[in-house]
Amino acid sequence: MEEKVMIKLDGLKKYFSISKGLLKKSTTFAKAVDDISLTINEGEIVGLVGESGSGKTTLARVILNLTKKTEGTVIIDGIDVSKASGEEMKKLRSEVAVVFQDPAANLNPRQTVESSIMRPMIIHGVPKEEARQKAKGVLEMVKMDQRYLDSYPHQLSGGQLQRIAIARALALNPRIMILDEPTSALDVSVQAQILNLLLDLQEQLNLTYLVITHDLNVIKYISDRIAVMYLGRLVEFGPTSEIANNAKHPYTRGLLDAAPVLDPNMRNRKKELMTGDPGSLIKIGPGCRFCDRCRYVTEECRTTMPEDTVVAPGHQVACFHPLED
Amino acid sequence: MSEELLRLENLSIDYKVKDGYLSAVNDVNCVVNKGEVFAIVGESGCGKSTVAHSIMNLLPGGNEEISGKIIFKGKDLRECTRQEMEAIRGKEIGMIFQNPLDSLNPVYKVGDQMAEAILLDKVDKQEAWNRVIKLFKDVKMPDAEERVNSFPHELSGGMRQRVMIAMMLSRNPELLIADEPTTALDVTIEAQILQIMKELKDKFNTAIMLITHNFGLVAEIADKIGIMYAGEMIESGDVFEIFAHPTHPYTQLLMQALPSKTKAEGRLKTIDGSVPRITEKKPGCRFANRCPYAKEICFNENPEAVFVGEGHYCRCHMVGKEEK
Amino acid sequence: MSNKFKETVHECWKNKNFMIGFVILLSVILVAIFADFIAPYDYAQQNVGDRFEKPSGDFWFGTDELGRDMFSRVVYGSRIALWVAFLGGSLQLVIGVAVGLACGFFGKWVDRVLSFMTDLTWCIPGTILALAVVTLIGKGLTNTVIAISLVAWASYARTVRAKTLSLKNMAFVETGKAFGESNFSLMVRYILPNIIPSLIVMVSLNLPGTIMSTTTLSFLGLGSQPPSPDWGLAISKGIENISRAPWLSIFPGLALVYTTFGFNLLGEGLRDLLDPHMKSQ
Repeated sequence: MEEKVMIKLDGLKKYFSISKGLLKKSTTFAKAVDDISLTINEGEIVGLVGESGSGKTTLARVILNLTKKTEGTVIIDGIDVSKASGEEMKKLRSEVAVVFQDPAANLNPRQTVESSIMRPMIIHGVPKEEARQKAKGVLEMVKMDQRYLDSYPHQLSGGQLQRIAIARALALNPRIMILDEPTSALDVSVQAQILNLLLDLQEQLNLTYLVITHDLNVIKYISDRIAVMYLGRLVEFGPTSEIANNAKHPYTRGLLDAAPVLDPNMRNRKKELMTGDPGSLIKIGPGCRFCDRCRYVTEECRTTMPEDTVVAPGHQVACFHPLED
Repeated sequence: MSEELLRLENLSIDYKVKDGYLSAVNDVNCVVNKGEVFAIVGESGCGKSTVAHSIMNLLPGGNEEISGKIIFKGKDLRECTRQEMEAIRGKEIGMIFQNPLDSLNPVYKVGDQMAEAILLDKVDKQEAWNRVIKLFKDVKMPDAEERVNSFPHELSGGMRQRVMIAMMLSRNPELLIADEPTTALDVTIEAQILQIMKELKDKFNTAIMLITHNFGLVAEIADKIGIMYAGEMIESGDVFEIFAHPTHPYTQLLMQALPSKTKAEGRLKTIDGSVPRITEKKPGCRFANRCPYAKEICFNENPEAVFVGEGHYCRCHMVGKEEK
Repeated sequence: MSNKFKETVHECWKNKNFMIGFVILLSVILVAIFADFIAPYDYAQQNVGDRFEKPSGDFWFGTDELGRDMFSRVVYGSRIALWVAFLGGSLQLVIGVAVGLACGFFGKWVDRVLSFMTDLTWCIPGTILALAVVTLIGKGLTNTVIAISLVAWASYARTVRAKTLSLKNMAFVETGKAFGESNFSLMVRYILPNIIPSLIVMVSLNLPGTIMSTTTLSFLGLGSQPPSPDWGLAISKGIENISRAPWLSIFPGLALVYTTFGFNLLGEGLRDLLDPHMKSQ
């Protein structure tokens, strides 16, 4: 069965120009997103992992059209975003919803929960009474009591705020949800509630998720496929089990090894710890972005950018020396 | 038998607030031995940071009431004078925080800041500088010789935390209190910092009190663990023992709430309800309102810490009396 | 709801600065409203026989060179001071907020051009610029206030710009953008309401400056024209006779200090009350 493609990125680039020097201006580029191609099918949960500065949030902002891309195409539900007409754009705005990390910043501090949830519907021309009913409906979907409708954000806990942010995202019946670190600011027990809620909603409504996080345990739990980003490049992409058990890129392997395992008996397992810090997006050479931290680096890696190679069905890796098992 | 370094005895801390008082910490008992990593784990607001700060006498001050004893090397820190406390702080007990940028003075080079601390030991400047570089190498700072001349803002988060650890090491304390030391860092950097802390422990026999919300860290590094909930240490003991056989219902549920598998293997367990705000002293288990096994007694009587196994204590009415 | 209201009132009550400032301003406002009942005489009523009377039971604040009752003039002068505060405050607010929001929100060339204008007003001494503007558009109280406001909006613009810059990247603004809010709506519904607390504080701290500047220009003869009971004008006229009748300057001066003091205290108090750190508890 041919699956329907919901998000298709092709050669997507986003460069930020950085001017240096007061008198002699020289412009360099921070290549926050550099030549990324990937597709996300309907009803699929794709996890995007990467450390800070890997460009994962910038990628989300480009997909959401919150910032202009430098090059490449973003096709959402068959519509090329950069060529979308006003009508199509409006459709896209209602089709793609977003939930950001910080529960306290996700809602307007000066609006009640009800008006925060109703607002997107009002903009998209839903009559007020209908919007009010729908607000109650989505609040129920995220398992929250109606009495919170009149509350202000500062009266609520982090978990409650995140539920409301999800409720608001659902208000326009989106097909795609972009979740930027949806549980990073939450406690373990609340995180579990929100993750379960997200999975339930995804099953009920056949939503497509792009989940961005740095937490490998969360991403392994929730996603069908995992994409790994390093300094603006997609280094590895494949089904969750493949990535988790059979990572081919040295960076992915390092990331998996670095993640703490919830079993003290495993603490002396063989680990390949990465040295150094994630580099800077500004000072990058022509070769592989990971070459300075990679223990398998060769001359080729420093001079040429590795191409994506398919190592298993649906599993691609951008590395000249993919790891053996 | 290892030697006892720090002992908290019936430590309780209340804050006076608008509507009465807020019990931040209640009747916490624990022992940290020399060269041991004791992890205090809990969710936000459980009082774990308050415990750590109270040891260093670093609570914001003004409206808290402390009772109980904080015994460090046989001496009650709460009875120390300001001068005595200042001598202990840094020299015998070091502390590192979640955000190292806040703890470093932005206008001085990191090397100078560290040398200043070392000069307190009355050594000459060259000697101090050499020690700084050696310490930077101890914490595996890349390009140590150059990095001593950096300003805090020029360093990455991981490097800053290394500076903090090096700075703390410069006084060679016996106890290191690490309050969420890696929370602001990326996983790969977190793993590096953990590695450094492990090596320190082995090399200098430093005891570490690790305050964290991250069970993963605990599994990686801790020898003993104390789990806190709503101001009480509800379970404590050997880390292998507790990960294998969590006894308190809260610990059990919390461990099942941690994502460690895939969604195909089933949903995560959740704990319903939320942490209560304890504003009045009334008897009853603080977890009773969320506990799936709660009985009448749980709402009416304070559970005592019950001995479960070697060094393993649990505060629950259901433990030791009958099988669940 | 009523509980929250009670709590707010209680907090205000505890804040001494706020309460004193509030009482002072309330008294000024009441005096202005009921000037007709409070003032024993018409402020413009001349009485050549009673020139330069000392303060007495008949004339509490004495009389001026035309025999007008100073007390009545000070009382009526409060209306002018409040009008100045109102007009000046609103003008500066409108210009400052519009410029600041545009700068912070759109950035790029909009920011560069408008920020340059903002900085420009800071390079030129306010009073001198105001003098120039008054000379251009003509004397008179309202013109003076307009002139001063055209100079004084910059401090609002700066604050609003800075706040907008930090707010526009907050998740709730980004989310709004993502579901299709217009730029205008983002500015007015999302950003502006979150700046209002600091604006309230700024207004009450800035108003004394506006009143003082207007007084200065009146003192220089460019603002209110006789026979207006403007305090600044009264002080300036009083100076001519300072040795003979010091009360002519002292009482309007005291009234001026009283009012500006009230605004300042209110501002300080509001700053404490609206401080988000205190509110978040």
